[in-house]
Amino acid sequence: MNSSALPTASRPGFLARRRRAYYFFAVPALVVVGAVIIFPWLFTVWMSAFDWRIGSVAHFVGLENYVKLATNKRFLESIVHTFYFTLLAVIFPLILGTAAALIFHREFPLRGVLRGIFTMPMMATPVAIALVWTMMFHPQQGVLNYLLSLVGLPPSLWVYSQSLVIPSLVLVEVWHWTPLVMLIVLGGLAALPTEPYESAKLDGATEWQLFRYITLPLLAPFLIVAAVIRTIDALKAFDTIYVISQGGPGTASETINLYLYLQAFAFYNVGNASAVVVVFFVIILALALVLLHVREKTKWV
Amino acid sequence: MGLGAWPSPTASRARLRRRLRKLGFALSVGVIVSPAILVFLWMLSLSLKNEIDNLAYPPVFVPSPPTLANFVQVFSENSMGLYFWNSIVVSGLATLVALAVGIPAGYGIARANAHKLTVLILIARMTPALSYLIPLFTVFQLLGLNNTLTALVITHLVITVPIVVYIMAGHFETLPRELEEAAQIDGANVWTVFRYVALPLARPGIVVGTILAFIFSWNNFVFGAVLAGRSTRTLPAAVYNVLTFEQLAWGPLAAAAIVVTLPVLLLTIVIQKEIVVGLTHGGVKGG
Repeated sequence: MNSSALPTASRPGFLARRRRAYYFFAVPALVVVGAVIIFPWLFTVWMSAFDWRIGSVAHFVGLENYVKLATNKRFLESIVHTFYFTLLAVIFPLILGTAAALIFHREFPLRGVLRGIFTMPMMATPVAIALVWTMMFHPQQGVLNYLLSLVGLPPSLWVYSQSLVIPSLVLVEVWHWTPLVMLIVLGGLAALPTEPYESAKLDGATEWQLFRYITLPLLAPFLIVAAVIRTIDALKAFDTIYVISQGGPGTASETINLYLYLQAFAFYNVGNASAVVVVFFVIILALALVLLHVREKTKWV
Repeated sequence: MGLGAWPSPTASRARLRRRLRKLGFALSVGVIVSPAILVFLWMLSLSLKNEIDNLAYPPVFVPSPPTLANFVQVFSENSMGLYFWNSIVVSGLATLVALAVGIPAGYGIARANAHKLTVLILIARMTPALSYLIPLFTVFQLLGLNNTLTALVITHLVITVPIVVYIMAGHFETLPRELEEAAQIDGANVWTVFRYVALPLARPGIVVGTILAFIFSWNNFVFGAVLAGRSTRTLPAAVYNVLTFEQLAWGPLAAAAIVVTLPVLLLTIVIQKEIVVGLTHGGVKGG
């Protein structure tokens, strides 16, 4: 740009030209995103139409991989496991995170430090934490069974039991991610108006009524954001499940992601795994959209 | 409640009730914070005890005397130093590349109001990380890049680039445009304005973006587990490996877990307040 052509907003085309210049700033990032994110998306959809194991020749099979999945008992069970895990891993962090946020919203000594400690789990490396939980779950030497015995409860098999493995894994997930819900809700609490409370208190409302009829409805948008994020993350949970139970015992905790991992990197069944990815993504997208739709509705409550 | 004629009992009862409420509140704080403290303390306790104490029942809680033998063993027998270095190289380079492409992109998106581009990031946030791995693994196989750090750095861009772009776009939005416009009127071109006006002001955003990208990359397990070879494993993948080969050595295992997660926890303290942005919108994480 030379100085004789001083840029002013009145010059037609100047803004458009500047806008185009700004787009150039995004080009390197778009190249990278195209290579490592968009290309894999397209490649996955493409590969899902082939019967292909790494090391052998690919055959085009159209929608056959999807048709097979629809009747694959193990895959369908993995969907059920995923939903069960997700339901628990959304509800408990939401309840506990909201309770924690109500606590941390108040002033008390050492609040900053304690909040810092409370939020540490969500940044801790999942694999490292999963190892520690594996030792804590140990039926004979584990510290959890010792704690149960202290309060007079019988020992549990935890992740070694078909029926308890998913709730046990949820326990780890709750430990990890309740702080995230807390932080989102805490942000919501900080943004609450004070007037409704003042007038309700004048009318003699109890603490519980204040929470139930003022705080909760005003927090709804934040709770739904938290629910969307928890849902996406719980559906995608992998590290802790893989390290602690490997989908077992048997296939009792085999979620979609675990099934996907086996298909792709134990059996190198790329075609089938790609079809799983596509179905998996559609499930995630659908659930996220449903929750966002709920959010649109709650705006008017 | 009380009769007006007897003020002292009601006053003391009110005081008692206030005290009880305070106690109840303190208790609930304790209940909500203790799981975090206890798990970390137990991890520390395991790492500082000998194997006999670690497998004792009822459990020994306080190491006596505490020993660093587990840490020594982890580093001497498992080339932990190498894995630590691998993690630093992979997360460091992936973060640097992300900054190089992501800072200008964030600026461009903010100034061109191209918010549709951030939808891309939200979709990336929803995609399971494993699904990037299948195509990339196949391509790396063709290029002979499997088991190399290069392949890992490229794959970790899946994590780091969306975070940096998202954080930087949000940060540049908050910067005033007046200074940039003034510089433009003085004849500076778009690049010069970015380089000498916007960039210096963006330092806080760059710090947050760098740390978040590094942490998420550092915490990633599955990319390293699939793509790395024996000598190119990142820390999380290597630690999992320690478990499978030495099932019963709890002390070294806990020591390894601490080595992996301590750097992250230290970094977390620096950016406590901004973490939530990264986790809610940031980008790809987990499996």
